[in-house]
Amino acid sequence: MIHIMLFWNFFQIGLFSVGGGYAAIPLIQSRIVQINNWLTMTEFTDLITIAEMTPGPIAINSATFVGTHVAGIAGAVVSTLGFVLPACIIVMTLAFFYYKYKDLTVVEGIMSGLRPAVVALIGSAGATILLLALWGEGAAGFNLSGLNYQSVSLFAVGFFVLKKFKPNPIYVILGSGAVGVIGWLFNNLAV
Amino acid sequence: MEKNTYRKLFWSTFYISAFTFGGGFVIVPLLRKRFVDDLKWIDENEMLDMIAIAQSSPGAIAVNTSILIGYKVAGALGAALTILGTVLPPFIILSVISFFYAAFRDNEIIGALLKGMQAGVAAVIAEVVTSMGANIIKEKNTLSTITMIAAFTAVYFFKVNVVLIIIACGLLGALAAMYRKRKKLREVQE
Repeated sequence: MIHIMLFWNFFQIGLFSVGGGYAAIPLIQSRIVQINNWLTMTEFTDLITIAEMTPGPIAINSATFVGTHVAGIAGAVVSTLGFVLPACIIVMTLAFFYYKYKDLTVVEGIMSGLRPAVVALIGSAGATILLLALWGEGAAGFNLSGLNYQSVSLFAVGFFVLKKFKPNPIYVILGSGAVGVIGWLFNNLAV
Repeated sequence: MEKNTYRKLFWSTFYISAFTFGGGFVIVPLLRKRFVDDLKWIDENEMLDMIAIAQSSPGAIAVNTSILIGYKVAGALGAALTILGTVLPPFIILSVISFFYAAFRDNEIIGALLKGMQAGVAAVIAEVVTSMGANIIKEKNTLSTITMIAAFTAVYFFKVNVVLIIIACGLLGALAAMYRKRKKLREVQE
């Protein structure tokens, strides 16, 4: 019974969270904390922190976390399935129409209007992450004193390496993480 | 369909999903780099269309984009594989973490690792955005360039709802296309 409840609640979260990751948070909160009492508010806040610290979409992270918490691994599986299913159906339907009608003037026009918008959306997310990485959370503005020089150097070197040598981006991300750990060890263990 | 294609679909999405921290727009540039630049299975414009469809559908944009890539490359089985590839890494990691999450949350070394990786992710996105933006500007289509700048300003500075921007840009594009078509018809008639 609890598995059906988990599936059904995450199915609804999947169906109604339009607009990407953060848009789903209030919906998840109302379903998980208020309506079903599966997590306390503190546990929910921890969940969001962890979800931001770990890879993957926030909603998938939440589904796994809540599912495990409430009904073990089986709970995690049904919650995740419930979340992914509505997207699957809707995306496949849209894809079907896109490939069938993409040569129509109107559809072509809509798509050519959306392309620059998509680049802008990615740019906006990139700018937010850049500020967070260079200044840390709750940065007041572009003051030089709050700048994290380690992050600035990592960013600059990473950007240059990517442009110049076109490596697999994952190596740049992992390399930056390694420098972060070495920097911490250096600061905390060096006498 | 070659066996190798299925394997590549699964492992590409798996690796990318395992190393992308943050929201959907972090994973999308990496997917684009892998499937457009490296494997050349999808062309740039089709990729942008896919992202637009993914963004307009409910759910996580990373999962939606993966579904579209898998479906385009290898049909329904391809979509199933890319969903699995995208969902498994966070699933495994979160299942493990949820058993001892307090220790994880407060660990300083993990904090330092994540802080470093954040700078790397920012560099990756910056690289992708600059090359995508350059492609739009290179088209020498004034409307596209203006749309891009206006959409960025609206989302980043004025925090306008993304769904509204998608609808507005889609409408604008449709109107512009119909106007161009009518103009062409009139020229032909004259």
